[in-house]
Amino acid sequence: MSPPEIKEAILDILESIAPDEDVTNVKDDVPLREQLELDSMDFLDIVMELRKRYRVQIPEDDYVQLATINSTVEYLAPLMKDLQKA
Amino acid sequence: MIAGLPDRERIVITGVGLAAPNGNNLSEFRESLLENRSGVSPYEIRYFGKTLAGICHFDERRYQTKKDQRRGTRAGSIGIYCAHEAVNDSGLDWPNVDKANVGIYIGVTEHGNVETENEIHELRSYDYDTKFWSHHHNPRTVANNPAGEISLNLGITGPHYTIGAACAAGNAGIIQGAQMLRLGECDVALAGGVSESIHTFGIFASFRSQGALASHDDPARASRPFDVDRNGIVVAEGGCLYVLERLSDARKRGARIYGEIAGYAINSDASDFVLPNSDRQAECVERALRRAGLAAEQVDIVSTHATGTASGDVQESAALRRVFGESPHAQFNNAKSFIGHAMGAAGALELGGNLPAFGDRVCHHTMNVDALDPECALQGLVTREPRECKSVNVILNNSFGMLGINSVVIVQRI
Repeated sequence: MSPPEIKEAILDILESIAPDEDVTNVKDDVPLREQLELDSMDFLDIVMELRKRYRVQIPEDDYVQLATINSTVEYLAPLMKDLQKA
Repeated sequence: MIAGLPDRERIVITGVGLAAPNGNNLSEFRESLLENRSGVSPYEIRYFGKTLAGICHFDERRYQTKKDQRRGTRAGSIGIYCAHEAVNDSGLDWPNVDKANVGIYIGVTEHGNVETENEIHELRSYDYDTKFWSHHHNPRTVANNPAGEISLNLGITGPHYTIGAACAAGNAGIIQGAQMLRLGECDVALAGGVSESIHTFGIFASFRSQGALASHDDPARASRPFDVDRNGIVVAEGGCLYVLERLSDARKRGARIYGEIAGYAINSDASDFVLPNSDRQAECVERALRRAGLAAEQVDIVSTHATGTASGDVQESAALRRVFGESPHAQFNNAKSFIGHAMGAAGALELGGNLPAFGDRVCHHTMNVDALDPECALQGLVTREPRECKSVNVILNNSFGMLGINSVVIVQRI
């Protein structure tokens, strides 16, 4: 998957986790928590959805990498580069 | 019990919020009961297949966001809906109510089976690798979940918990609320019961294996307590929560009072896991009457528990004949014949359906008694159509459950 495809996958997951919010205008370089109502359970949902949809395992120490769209894509790019779009 | 008690120890109902398969509030539910409108529909659930159930149609989004729903449970949604409706109905100045002094006491038959079944079903797609087991499982399945979701949604910081009492739970929730008000643990109690049980295949499969699941070509005719052709339980979901207050507080704010919790009792059969015991049921009714300072002949309406099983209806009828005699003054009815068995919500819902009788003096009937089982013969059983009474001052509500738990609540007009 390319970085734009990974971003699309992240937005897709965010849409299911925050169904009352419009995720299309989320800024790539601003922390997600500042833009959406997300708590720690929601971040665990992001981790779980990545695991379920793409079999990507994210160690707990790396959760901080999921702060913004940019940091998430950057972190996931090497892990997901060989995957096909779901 | 109430005779001579000061007003601060007398507990009254000042609000009702409910979700029934044939009504989303008390007036709709009551209208359905008086107009012979069933809430039983065809239903299908994974693994089990086609069956019948009482399915609620309240607007879940009225008091919850999509995210609330996604995160929580069906029991939580039912509880939140009923709690808001009850508070609105009570006329309490809710923004100015001290939320630390509100208690939430919710009866449940079971909780957690729905989410556990969902997770195991989901896990099958991942070859039962528990790394894919949801972190939501624990907060959704803890036994206090339905009460806790109400606390979170309404910002109530007083005590919240559920009371596990099988199908006696609706009454048990009301009793707990009344007791906590008397103890001064809260000033407002949200009390009653909820059930999400139709979303677990296990309950249908277990009742079927027990030979206690109803079936009928016409869904509306499947739930038929006391009828000779009854063949089991129709499982339903639903909820009914009451706002309970001390009489002194209710009078001070000029609240509309539905009735007073005049007496109650809970006891145990100590005789069988599933088979009821009419002697213990009769003792439970007698104890509640004694506490209320009432004689059996002062009861105007008895809301029966009967679920449509072969043995249960016979046992309850025997208990009621023992207490009320062969020629009772009371009228007897049964709401499960309309909506099925709403499990932990049943006791609270069935009481609710009768409360308007204090005003209109009409005892709703029992549906589907086409041929009364002679073993269930109850002089005063209202069948076919509602019956007008000369006066309605006392309603007695039975609710019994597995493992031999019996509960009775008596409400008196005030």
